[in-house]
Amino acid sequence: MTPRHPLRVLISKPGLDGHDKGAKVVAHALRNAGCEVIYTGLHKTIDQIVEAALQEDVDIIGLSILSGAHLELTQKLMQRLKEESMDDVIVLVGGNIPHHDRPKLLELGASAVFPTASPLEEIVNFVQGVTPR
Amino acid sequence: MPVHEKDLPPVTLESGIEVKPVYGPEDIADLDLEHTIGEPGEYPFTRGIHPYMYRYRPWTMRQYTGFATPHETNERFRFLIEHGQNALNVAFDLPTQMGLDSDDVLAEGEVGRVGMAVDTLKDMEVAFKDIPIDKISVSLTVNAVTPVILAMYLTTAEKYGVPRQRVRGTTQNDILKEYIGRGAWIFPVEPSLRMTGDTLEFCATEAPNYYPVSVCGYHIRESGATPAQEIAYAYCIAKAYIQEVVKRGLRVDDFAGRISFNFNIFGNLWEQVAKFRAGRRLWAKLMKEEFGAKDPRTMQMKMIAGGGGSGLTIEEPENNIVRGAYYALIAALSGTQTSALCCYDEAYTIPTPKAQLISLRTMQILADEMGLCDTADPLAGSYYMERLTAEMEKRIITEMQQVDEEWGGVVKAVSEGLIQQKVARQAYEYERKLQSGEIVKVGMNKYRIEAEEETIPEVELHPYRSEAREEQLQRLAQVKQERDPVGVESALNEVRDVCHRGQNVMPAMMRAVQAYCSLGEIIGVMKDVFGEFDEPVRF
Repeated sequence: MTPRHPLRVLISKPGLDGHDKGAKVVAHALRNAGCEVIYTGLHKTIDQIVEAALQEDVDIIGLSILSGAHLELTQKLMQRLKEESMDDVIVLVGGNIPHHDRPKLLELGASAVFPTASPLEEIVNFVQGVTPR
Repeated sequence: MPVHEKDLPPVTLESGIEVKPVYGPEDIADLDLEHTIGEPGEYPFTRGIHPYMYRYRPWTMRQYTGFATPHETNERFRFLIEHGQNALNVAFDLPTQMGLDSDDVLAEGEVGRVGMAVDTLKDMEVAFKDIPIDKISVSLTVNAVTPVILAMYLTTAEKYGVPRQRVRGTTQNDILKEYIGRGAWIFPVEPSLRMTGDTLEFCATEAPNYYPVSVCGYHIRESGATPAQEIAYAYCIAKAYIQEVVKRGLRVDDFAGRISFNFNIFGNLWEQVAKFRAGRRLWAKLMKEEFGAKDPRTMQMKMIAGGGGSGLTIEEPENNIVRGAYYALIAALSGTQTSALCCYDEAYTIPTPKAQLISLRTMQILADEMGLCDTADPLAGSYYMERLTAEMEKRIITEMQQVDEEWGGVVKAVSEGLIQQKVARQAYEYERKLQSGEIVKVGMNKYRIEAEEETIPEVELHPYRSEAREEQLQRLAQVKQERDPVGVESALNEVRDVCHRGQNVMPAMMRAVQAYCSLGEIIGVMKDVFGEFDEPVRF
């Protein structure tokens, strides 16, 4: 089912981690699949990401974290989204996510977790299945 | 039925070179090997920078190490030294690399996670207590914060009885590659380039045995560059640093011999070895012909080669032990000075002692059991290797020409994000080919066994201790209580002044760390003066 308008996705790099290859590869894949992709660049605070999500009116926020700080950062994001009444934004988390943290992230409110080596097809299919806000 | 060449699958290396199924004397007839490759230890150093290479001394093995507090890192240093490692390579946590103290709000969740936390000189003193730094060289993986960390290290060495004139080691200190891939930048390009020049100029006279810059092709390769581009972009960057110092009036032979390189190993074995041999030859020519180097030591391309993170997989992590062994073999065949391997749990977390020990043993077995130290550059004269070396040299030159002639030089290319964009696109293509199976990865897209939930490998993970932050905060608070506040203020003012005036920052850095100013305080002052890098967001 094709969306009524292109899905708007914010790919973000929260915190201090500087590894952006994965984020950029996913951004490419989503753009090639017809999404409008905004990439934040590095070293963004959760507040900056929420602000960008608001301004760009995105349907999906993707967090890319390879430093291991994914639980703390996801928790913060979910809290801020709630405070801004942006609960309907879909949150995806990718990066260096140990297997046992996946259920914890889903419990925090992430809609999907895409750790290292997730097939791009899987990410694209998930995103295309999202109903725009 | 006879097989014909046209029926064979084509082979093209990542750098774009096509590989024949068989090479013979006709493939190297035009090369004039006696002059183009020379002897080991002689210009142009294709065969190695020393006459006898590993027969005299094996390559140095130094595994990347560091986590939590300086005390715990010190323990891991001693573990590795006890098990035969003869040099150190120190990992710092992200707040430290980004110039933030452990009590900074932006450091939350990150203190001691990917490396050791350093806030003041006190932390360095703890980290290197009872480490024989007069005998072993210490590599510090810092970049934007090098002026501060280098000052801390030189001061610590002095306190432990090693005067700066004798200190051996290196700081990575390669900011231009941070903007391309790795991302631990702070300040804009221009002041960062200037401060790189400051460290080279300072060490040329103050710490003449120290290697202040290690130019990294490694991370550029991780970001999506081909092997030829890895060397090309690293050389363009190295030239920019050299030019920054030469314009201050120093002669290239005064300092450029103590710039080393950090290169990546993964992918096709032959392409990698040819890359390094060609790289060595090309660097020698560059130094001699473009910069007028007279001292052979300036013309010698010294490197750490290893890794390579991108070659490893999350699937079947034990396979990465095998890959590591092959990468170590490549490093040895390539005549590297130092090598280090990514551990088999690379895709999961920072390595456990067990994982690090396996990597160390991998290299030791190669050096002690397999004959890799017997003779220099054993592949010399090989039809394939010499042809490939010649082709790689041409490719590297072409890639350098694009930077200089099409993109306006590496500083411009990096500031505007042109290199970033190119390698990001290539990274996407590479990932696409991995996922389609066009690039083969055993256990991942070939011979893959779909893991049932219960069989997902129980890789022993290095545990993160969040208490490390508390300990750091305690020590930081104590230092701040015990230091002389007047001395701190005066030192920070001096840092501000030299930054404003564009003078060499190093003397002021030495005084600031000795007054126990914190990393965050010093970097904070510098941010006020220089501002922060405005990332050209491209993918």
